[in-house]
Amino acid sequence: MSIFSKYEGLATALSAVTAGGGRNPFDVVIEKPISSTVGLIEGRETLLFGTNNYLGLSQSPAAIEAAVEAARAYGVGTTGSRIANGTQGLHRQLEDRLAAFFRRRHCMVFSTGYQANLGTISALAGKDDYLLLDADSHASIYDGSRLGHAQVIRFRHNDADDLHKRLRRLEGTPGSKLVVVEGIYSMMGDVVPMAEFAAVKRETGAWLLADEAHSVGVMGQHGRGVAEADGVEDDVDFVVGTFSKSLGTVGGYCVSNHAGLDLIRLCSRPYMFTASLPPEVIAATMAALDELENRPELRVRLMDNARRLHAGLQATGLRTGPQASPVVSVVLDEVETAVAFWNRLLDLGVYVNLSLPPATPDQHPLLRTSVMATHTPEQIDRAVEIFAAVAGEMGINPAA
Amino acid sequence: MTETVASVSALIVKTLLANPKVPRDINGSSKIVEDLAFDSLAVMNFVMEIEDTLDVSVPLDRLADIRTIDDLAACIVSLKQAS
Repeated sequence: MSIFSKYEGLATALSAVTAGGGRNPFDVVIEKPISSTVGLIEGRETLLFGTNNYLGLSQSPAAIEAAVEAARAYGVGTTGSRIANGTQGLHRQLEDRLAAFFRRRHCMVFSTGYQANLGTISALAGKDDYLLLDADSHASIYDGSRLGHAQVIRFRHNDADDLHKRLRRLEGTPGSKLVVVEGIYSMMGDVVPMAEFAAVKRETGAWLLADEAHSVGVMGQHGRGVAEADGVEDDVDFVVGTFSKSLGTVGGYCVSNHAGLDLIRLCSRPYMFTASLPPEVIAATMAALDELENRPELRVRLMDNARRLHAGLQATGLRTGPQASPVVSVVLDEVETAVAFWNRLLDLGVYVNLSLPPATPDQHPLLRTSVMATHTPEQIDRAVEIFAAVAGEMGINPAA
Repeated sequence: MTETVASVSALIVKTLLANPKVPRDINGSSKIVEDLAFDSLAVMNFVMEIEDTLDVSVPLDRLADIRTIDDLAACIVSLKQAS
């Protein structure tokens, strides 16, 4: 018996996706980015509507220049973890820079956004504590709960009253209660009602962690996320985020006013047992953060583009999420239809993400798009036209 | 009202049968994943419904040991008694 036998179901599901000569959607190669919005796929220039590169900063000339300079000055890698092999000056600079941006006293940087959730959540909520997770939480949040052995209770998606009910059931139970929400949920692009969750946190004495991976650089007057936009930053104990979306690089962080955060450096396994961020990534991230702060017009343009894409797709009659945000997903009923639709979009020059259950809410397949500040109105209109054309070709009559 | 494993199990079966996709011949010894063809997310969403009906929270780590409807009923009764 093969060690891979347990994945026979997975192999069958993948065969079904590629049956009929379709591509493997998990194996698309972007051969070369031409710009932040156009990439070369299968030798053709393709509109990129699925990269999470919200501000287009992965191609920022200033960030690229900073990376080159840092590599020349410091080399290309750190070759070890900070706890074992040492912190470099740039790590400390980046943490100070982020703490200042978020107006928090403490910051810890991780090597990826996934590790930031894994490392923070697993260290904060131990086996005698309770983690209260939104039902639609990202995999990194669920994985963090398993690594820390906390007791996990799910509440209904974006439903602060449901959370309140579940916290009430825990009244008198020993152990800390840590509530985890996301600023913008990555599959449907819906925004957390942060003020409502902050009110529940205040009333119950729970701790609140907000994963603002998709909302930093996007929401709030200064780009600090939904907590800033809702005016409840003081109620959020921990903000976790990533560099790999609006900042265009890779890495993650947690910021907080709680001094205890520094103790986590000595017990968070995803922080301790992995190589630290290399100099060129740190330098590029700091340059991108400068742009995020100094070019607020990028956020304005991003939200204008989000509204244009959302309204355009809604006008075609296709089903989307309820609100315009940089993530706009088209909801379909059948996996087979979604796979064919996704293939046809790519044939016609639009790259989006095919998201399949159980990674999606409500068991529906999604054509997930993410929009950028750097998309032109013409590019967005072109993508909408292609969506409409494919829906027509496939006989999908959403208005019916 | 004091719940018993039998009464909670019956309530779970009744809740499950409200879903037309669930086989009609289930009982307390039916296996939740194998017999009901639920994936991990479907199990968690279904447990959420039962939690609300019985005003109890079932921590996810407890689900790892649960295979049958009666196992889930026994877990819920023990949680209710503990609270």
